[in-house]
Amino acid sequence: MSSALSEMKHSRQVAAAICMRGMRRIKARPVLIVPTIVMPVVLVISFTGAFSSLTRIEGYGTSNIYNWMAPYGALQGAVFAGIGAVGSSADDLEQGFFDRLLLTPGSRFPLLMGTVGYSAFRALIPTTAVFFFSLALGMTVPGGIIGVLSLYIATSFLAVVFCLIGLVILYKMKTQRSLMLMQVIAFGALFISVGQVPQSFMDGWLKIAARYNPITNVLELSRQGFLGDVAWSTTWPGLVALASMSFVAGGLAWRGLKKLAP
Amino acid sequence: MNKNSPNLRLAGVQTLELTQRALQNEFRQWVVILPGLIFPLMMAAVYSSQFGRTLGLPGFPEVRSFLDFILPGSIVQAVSFGATSAGTALALDIEDGFFDRLMASPVSRVPILLGRLGGAAVIAAGKAIILILIFLAFGAQIKAGIGGALIIILTASLLVLAIGGLAQSMAIRTGSQEAVGATFPLIFVTIFMSSAFFPTSLMEGWFRALAENNPITWTVDPIRRLVIQGWSTTDALQALGVPLLISVVTVSLAIRSLQKMLRSS
Repeated sequence: MSSALSEMKHSRQVAAAICMRGMRRIKARPVLIVPTIVMPVVLVISFTGAFSSLTRIEGYGTSNIYNWMAPYGALQGAVFAGIGAVGSSADDLEQGFFDRLLLTPGSRFPLLMGTVGYSAFRALIPTTAVFFFSLALGMTVPGGIIGVLSLYIATSFLAVVFCLIGLVILYKMKTQRSLMLMQVIAFGALFISVGQVPQSFMDGWLKIAARYNPITNVLELSRQGFLGDVAWSTTWPGLVALASMSFVAGGLAWRGLKKLAP
Repeated sequence: MNKNSPNLRLAGVQTLELTQRALQNEFRQWVVILPGLIFPLMMAAVYSSQFGRTLGLPGFPEVRSFLDFILPGSIVQAVSFGATSAGTALALDIEDGFFDRLMASPVSRVPILLGRLGGAAVIAAGKAIILILIFLAFGAQIKAGIGGALIIILTASLLVLAIGGLAQSMAIRTGSQEAVGATFPLIFVTIFMSSAFFPTSLMEGWFRALAENNPITWTVDPIRRLVIQGWSTTDALQALGVPLLISVVTVSLAIRSLQKMLRSS
């Protein structure tokens, strides 16, 4: 019993150390985080600027374009953060440091958890940047603190999801180039959702694809506090989508890590 | 006969040879060209399905479908994303020493740059043709007909020369593929802050001012009029003239950077 407890404590320490290593890497080379902050902010500027007139169409859901686009930009930042965390693991894999980690005694699970934890923490940076940037430009939060909390939950867990999906691919391909494939998947998944317009604006194949895309539920979870009050009926589908994606991607990533030979 | 003629002819032959080499390199890695085609097509498909209602907004140009409206923007996006390849390829030549070997060989200096740009321009024309055919297959119409389509293809090639010249200048100054690749977000932003995906008449404030004074808008708008309104010589000349003028400036900049580098080495 005490041996199991001590092993759990040790696993937690390893996971925390890997997570902290990632955060220290950002501190040592702040340039690494620049695209993670700049890209979502730029996307918010681009989407709000280019598509500001969408709010004039009846049924858009808000008259303030920032309230619609900022959560979308924050989620994109979170996805970049998740992929960025995979980039750190890819670096370790290519440089041989990961092989040394694999050769250490004990479970490999903390290696996975450490990277996942790093992605969740990393996602806080672009979310905060987009939030305050949009607030300064006129975004409002009718859902109050719970609305903001919903945004942070959605972004952190979506970073985890994309980190796990990225790790599945990385453990298979074992190269930085796998990140390109990840970007294609992420871009596609976010694009075919209610990112820019509500479902009622869509027609044909897009309407069906967006309806069944779990990212739509996550977007609605993150956006609800900026369109009105937070409601449980909008919250739970988002949480279920995040949990299901994490569960499936986590299982596959764990299987990939177990198979990985140094 | 001008005594410079043989030199010019030789430079022309060398440019063609180096263009061929650039094309061979590009086709060897044809998978790298694909995202530049897939992304704009995906965006066009999504935007056509989600922005149908915007056609009724006061101020939106009179257009048959959003697909017609977005055709020019998609082509500009597709060719711009690959435009920096002339710069990254040159930076790779610098990094792996091939550039030094070219410098030591009796090849004129300018064809080294023009060859790469020529390759990128041919690829851009190919991309534009493929995109036009796909758009037409999905129901888009180019009111200016084959003439209009030719202007679009030529504009695509010229736009690549304009962006490629800038990327080459950067490649010569930095000698780093990574630095040239870092210009990608800048291109992305420049395209978004233009009329490529939405009319500037429906934008507001500083963003509208920026979009209206963006060279991408000056290039996209006349192409769009050729697509949705029909043939106009003025529009055709503007569509070709804007990227041509910019490419003269950026390619000259790249040649000057090369001369400066050679003087200092």
